[in-house]
Amino acid sequence: MNLFQKRKIVNRLMCSLAFLCAFLALVPLLSIFGYVVSKGITSVNLDFFIHLPKPVGEPGGGMGNAIVGSLILIGLSCLWAIPVGIWGGVYLSEFGNNKLGTVVRFTADVLNGVPSIVIGVFAYTLFVLPMKSFSAISGGFALGIIMIPTIMRTTEEMLILVPRTIREAALALGISQFRTTVSIVLKTALPGIMTGILLAIARIAGETAPLLFTALGNRFWQHGLTQPIAALPLQIFAYAISPFDDWHRQAWAGALVLIVMVFLMSFISRFVIARRYKFLRSR
Amino acid sequence: MKIKFVDSGFKKATTLIALFVVALTLFLVYDMATNSLPSIQKLGARFLFTSTWDPVKEDFGALPFIYGTIVSSFLALLIATPVSLGIAIYLAELAPQFIRQPLSFLVELLAAIPSVVYGLWGIYGLAPFLRETIQPFLARYLGFLPIFKGEFYGVSMFTAGIILSIMIIPTISSVSREVFLAVPSSQREAALALGATSWEKIRLAVLGYSRSGVLGAVILGLGRAVGETMAVTMVIGNRPEISASLFAPSYTMASVIANEFTEATSNLYISSLIEIGLVLFFVTLLVNIAARVLIWKVTNKVEGGIRE
Repeated sequence: MNLFQKRKIVNRLMCSLAFLCAFLALVPLLSIFGYVVSKGITSVNLDFFIHLPKPVGEPGGGMGNAIVGSLILIGLSCLWAIPVGIWGGVYLSEFGNNKLGTVVRFTADVLNGVPSIVIGVFAYTLFVLPMKSFSAISGGFALGIIMIPTIMRTTEEMLILVPRTIREAALALGISQFRTTVSIVLKTALPGIMTGILLAIARIAGETAPLLFTALGNRFWQHGLTQPIAALPLQIFAYAISPFDDWHRQAWAGALVLIVMVFLMSFISRFVIARRYKFLRSR
Repeated sequence: MKIKFVDSGFKKATTLIALFVVALTLFLVYDMATNSLPSIQKLGARFLFTSTWDPVKEDFGALPFIYGTIVSSFLALLIATPVSLGIAIYLAELAPQFIRQPLSFLVELLAAIPSVVYGLWGIYGLAPFLRETIQPFLARYLGFLPIFKGEFYGVSMFTAGIILSIMIIPTISSVSREVFLAVPSSQREAALALGATSWEKIRLAVLGYSRSGVLGAVILGLGRAVGETMAVTMVIGNRPEISASLFAPSYTMASVIANEFTEATSNLYISSLIEIGLVLFFVTLLVNIAARVLIWKVTNKVEGGIRE
């Protein structure tokens, strides 16, 4: 075998290995999807969405409270994280071309890398200890911290994409920079910013670790924001590690609902909005 | 006049929000540090180097958790790095144009799956599969190695490492792909002009040029593996013991916080758990900084620059 043949064989081998790796990654994806759908679909019915969990031994029941709880927690975190994230992003793109901007960008990256369980501990010491009770508020606070870096950095990236000429045209008409930013720059970049927000929501919708000792979980309907609150991921976790078959089935059903929710959001943000945005950019 | 007033207010308001994010992060560090003070004062450096974990006698040593985190993360890197690099090479260099987008979307879907769903799949899908298929095979042919000795119950360091590797594949592969795409085409063309095959082109021009960026991608994956909580907690077995065998149950820093935080009754107990969180924070901080510097070195190189 001469050198040329050897090189050709190595080339073939390595290229097929790379191809194999790409499809190897799809095996767990398909397996997870297969498990969640096949094991979850039989337990997903109307009862699952509108009923409370039943005690052990009684079949049926649902995760209605956990689904509502998750929505409340997502709402609470959006309430403070979206404004902070967007305005932080506006600062970075409009005024952030200096030392402070670099510091803020670096902080956002650091915050993005902090393990979510650590953020849960932080929310615990900040809210749960002084209030002496697990609460929906502390859960919303923890999830919000996780959202901020994503929203901030996508907002910045999207605002930077808005052409300078559009800003200058508005300013030349004598419009204040505030109005220019809000009514023109932000509005142009809105679909992109929405993508960032959706991605952030998709990420926190499945978060469990920061809720373990902030929201805690609850087997009943919610009565107030200072009470412990149920959440879909928490319920899945509790049921998954329980010894009861009936609860395992419920856990799979919960996982199916959660995964559909999360995938739908990723899908919308990636295709629908991204496509519309591309269209805007090309104009 | 009015415009000037509005605009200076606008700038101040956004600056304030940006500062708020910085302050929040600094406060997170300060708050966790003050809350772990009792444990730092009472246990000192011993906390990180002893392996008793006894809440009753209030003697805490975090070594088994640190060991569990390190071993499970490195096991994950060992599996995920070659696979992710293969994916990134295929996606950036070899795949036909129409496959690239859908395939990279599918790989990134792996990152969208919530950690608790990974855990559920780990308990009821992956662990039985490993117990019935993979473990007997490894025990038969490689059982003489200490890392593959002993009983296997499904929940173990091994299971945790595999699940972690699946979870960090999208991180490593998407960042390396970006780094590969940042390699100037003049590099590739130069290799091809010298008669390189496409693998030689990838090895010499692409991998050579982007070496530090790939290292950054791997370190970024490490950061994610270190902080991962739920999936690991559900499959690692949660036993605070240091064992040479990968088939034995173990425990990680993130898992011990997740499992014991609500049960911790005494001040010292809670404060030692918070100290573990603080250590986890600084580890991920260092890891992320290192990764960013390395990636930045590649993506900000001058177009067509000569490799040193």
